[in-house]
Amino acid sequence: MTELRVPTRMGDGSRVERTRSELRADIEAGTAEGARRAKCPPLDADELDHLLDIYASPASFTAVDIGEQVVLSCDGGGSKMTGTDLQDLLESEQRLGQDILELWHIEYSYKAIKTILPFQQQVMQNAQLMLTAPIQYGAQPNLAFYSKPDGPAENWFELLPQGRIAESRAAVEEAMEHATRDFVYVSDGMMEAGADGMDFDTTGGAGDADLLSTLRAVEQIRRTWPEAGIELGMAGEFVIGVHGELEWKGRRLAGMWPKEQLEVAQEAGATIFGPAVNIRASQSCAWNAAFALTVVKPCMEVARIPVHPNVGQGVCGVPVNGYPGEDASSRAAKACVEILRCDGL
Amino acid sequence: MDVTHALAAGMGGIRTAGDLVARMQMSRGMRLKEAKEYVAGRLGCTVRDLSDSYAMEQLRGELGLGRILDHSNLHPGAPTAMAAKFRIAELLGLRINCVERFREMAGL
Repeated sequence: MTELRVPTRMGDGSRVERTRSELRADIEAGTAEGARRAKCPPLDADELDHLLDIYASPASFTAVDIGEQVVLSCDGGGSKMTGTDLQDLLESEQRLGQDILELWHIEYSYKAIKTILPFQQQVMQNAQLMLTAPIQYGAQPNLAFYSKPDGPAENWFELLPQGRIAESRAAVEEAMEHATRDFVYVSDGMMEAGADGMDFDTTGGAGDADLLSTLRAVEQIRRTWPEAGIELGMAGEFVIGVHGELEWKGRRLAGMWPKEQLEVAQEAGATIFGPAVNIRASQSCAWNAAFALTVVKPCMEVARIPVHPNVGQGVCGVPVNGYPGEDASSRAAKACVEILRCDGL
Repeated sequence: MDVTHALAAGMGGIRTAGDLVARMQMSRGMRLKEAKEYVAGRLGCTVRDLSDSYAMEQLRGELGLGRILDHSNLHPGAPTAMAAKFRIAELLGLRINCVERFREMAGL
């Protein structure tokens, strides 16, 4: 008998058809690859069956069970098309029912925000008078902005291909000093304006130094603001060793996978950790979900703080295109909640 | 995509008790189960009630914790926004940063 083919998606968002057997093969291959790369166990048989049921359904939309909903945080959020930041936040609270709101600026880097801090502080103060839900302030560390020609440090991405390793490392270390100072400066300013917390989004995007400069800032912010929310969301599943020798309290950062990333984040004082697993565009979403769940699952066993896997465009099983299909996004959300038992998204 | 995730897996923000559970995660770093149980205990409801918009609208109204406002659902005279956050801080036993700033600036 011919197996029924169900519509599903590839990591680039394109629609394809797969049989249940083909989807099972994708899921088994995805978890095997995740386990091999992250050196962790693959998903167990029950988890694979559950994931297959989620992806083999032809439903246009899926959702978690009643009562099993989780807290939604966001990096960015809203549309920036509704007039003002304040209206955007109100819409996110009143229409979308977001659990944690985020004020952000289109120049989504701490270095850029430093130059317009009073404007952002005023928006935060006004927003706090108008909204009930918690509002955090978010931006990205973007360490590369501290290298020439944008910043003061030598450009290590130019020095590295020339084999000038010691100079590259010195440049990275100089950039980190500037970066941490900016992260703390902006955070202090936003907390003084009434923010409920800070979000460091896409941490590690410029490698181990990007992560270390953020961890140092988190530690300082936690000391100054003991009850601040601090969300540390990652750029990818694996910390790239741009410097290569940087450590956090004796642990080398380069090469860390989500479990180790979580451990250093919670030790530094973060209250929410957001693992990110980048999509493989040429693999199916089922393959990608299996891969992502496999490498994030070890976090759940050691987490003392909430874990909110990133399910934005191109991460943790959500396709990488601008308008990810609702079928694919909702399946990724359900898979994270029901298989990882995560604390939020 | 925001709408997709809100409908597929989100607690519902101030439509339910999503904002209250979120505050416990943010400020205290509580995992989801612990945060839900804490909030349910403070509200005197079940954990399942926390993401039920019907149950929570009643409860939020009774306790003055702020609700969604639209043309068919207006509550003039009831606490919203900052006023509601004063009550949320007391209910959850939290120090909410903007409430403290407001108190300080208003000389309360």
